[in-house]
Amino acid sequence: MNSWWLICGIVGVALLAGWQAFTILFAYISFVALREFLTLAPTRREDRLVVLLVYMSILISYWAIWINNYDYFLVIVPIYVFVGTAITMAFMGRTDGFLATVGIMHWGVIVCVYNLGHIAFLMRTPLGEVPQAGPAGLVFFLIFVTQFNDVAQYVWGKLLGRHKISPRVSPNKTWEGAIGGFITTAAVFVLLAPFFTPLTLYPSLLVGLTLPVLGFFGDITMSAIKRDLGVKDTSRLLPGHGGALDRLDSLMFTAPWYFHMLAIFALERF
Amino acid sequence: MLQLFRRLLLVCFVKPIAKLIIGMDVRGKRHLPIEGPAIIAANHNSHIDTLLLICLFPSGSLRHVRPVAAADHFLRSPLSSWFSQKIVGILPIDRKGGAKRDVLAGCREALERDEILLLFPEGTRGEAEEMGDFKSGVARLAETLPETPIVPVYLQGAGRVLPRGARIPVPFTCSAIIGTPFRWDGDRVSFMKTLKSTIEALSAAAPPLRWI
Repeated sequence: MNSWWLICGIVGVALLAGWQAFTILFAYISFVALREFLTLAPTRREDRLVVLLVYMSILISYWAIWINNYDYFLVIVPIYVFVGTAITMAFMGRTDGFLATVGIMHWGVIVCVYNLGHIAFLMRTPLGEVPQAGPAGLVFFLIFVTQFNDVAQYVWGKLLGRHKISPRVSPNKTWEGAIGGFITTAAVFVLLAPFFTPLTLYPSLLVGLTLPVLGFFGDITMSAIKRDLGVKDTSRLLPGHGGALDRLDSLMFTAPWYFHMLAIFALERF
Repeated sequence: MLQLFRRLLLVCFVKPIAKLIIGMDVRGKRHLPIEGPAIIAANHNSHIDTLLLICLFPSGSLRHVRPVAAADHFLRSPLSSWFSQKIVGILPIDRKGGAKRDVLAGCREALERDEILLLFPEGTRGEAEEMGDFKSGVARLAETLPETPIVPVYLQGAGRVLPRGARIPVPFTCSAIIGTPFRWDGDRVSFMKTLKSTIEALSAAAPPLRWI
């Protein structure tokens, strides 16, 4: 419970302190998540320096956020980090395990830097485009709804859970829990959206219904990865919560979706 | 003055690096003695190992913590010698030794001064993230001072951060797993066996390491 309040405190203070503090915080969170991922996933001895290069992509991506250049942000990871790591690894010359390791690097950067980076970029939304809560309200709402969805699914699953969704990947997930969670989260989203987002009723209904589904799949995907690697938690960083990736799994999938939904339906900036 | 500087360096610089950049994870901290005499015996893969072990201790114990390190490696140049002895606080040991000189005399004296020795029984860093054979020096030390607690520690990850021969450190999460202390049991062979098997057993508690 302690580490839970600590996270809330740190994220809360950074949200109130403004986009600069928040960008730095999320750059560091991306680093911790990526380090956890690359420590756990198999890499080759020869790839040490490539890993360092992959860490550099955090600086470059968050620099794009810092200078408020969305175009740079969009292409840095999926194109240039992709090409850069592949070139470096090919140049290193070891071919066995090449495809698997280069894939692991790309997977790590996409979820830990690119997807999470969208949250930091939301803080650059112009004040005029959002309700009074400001860009921090947008971000708070995303994090709140994602966490709420996790809890709602858990509670509904405990109350009514009977039929397992994917017994092999995540045996505790049930249809009753998921659907109960989706509906509860959607209701809360639609109810609170006017205070935190510029979404009108129908778009907010759409986002409210889809966002929890993304959160659910983020969770399931990380579970699949953990099973593949043979671990229960990704690390012991947060006592009682496992690692950074355990805590961020849903957010890694909800963040870009929320961002794009806002961009399509409401925000002129993106 | 120097001690104050070392403590400041540890608290403001070394510990934050270990915690925030390397992401060090410590288990079994209750087994760690903060007062000497004691021998901390760990597996060895990297210079980072020494840094991780030092970071286990509160800065108040720093004066008593003495990493045992090879004189032929660390006393090569005046600068390295000064840094290793004054700042890190190593206890230099002559690995080659002579038939007549007692290589372990310095270690014994340190233990008699109630210091905490950090010792790597492998004697060398070896291949990254692989455990080599243990040298029996630690058994001979325990034999002469049988009351000294021996604390087994398994270190993982430092061999990836900075393997032998590498110059640039790369952050990977590291683990330090501290086992239950034990004492001299009267026989060198069985003592060494206990030490090695304890450290190997601790490694089972570490997260899986896949390095292909």
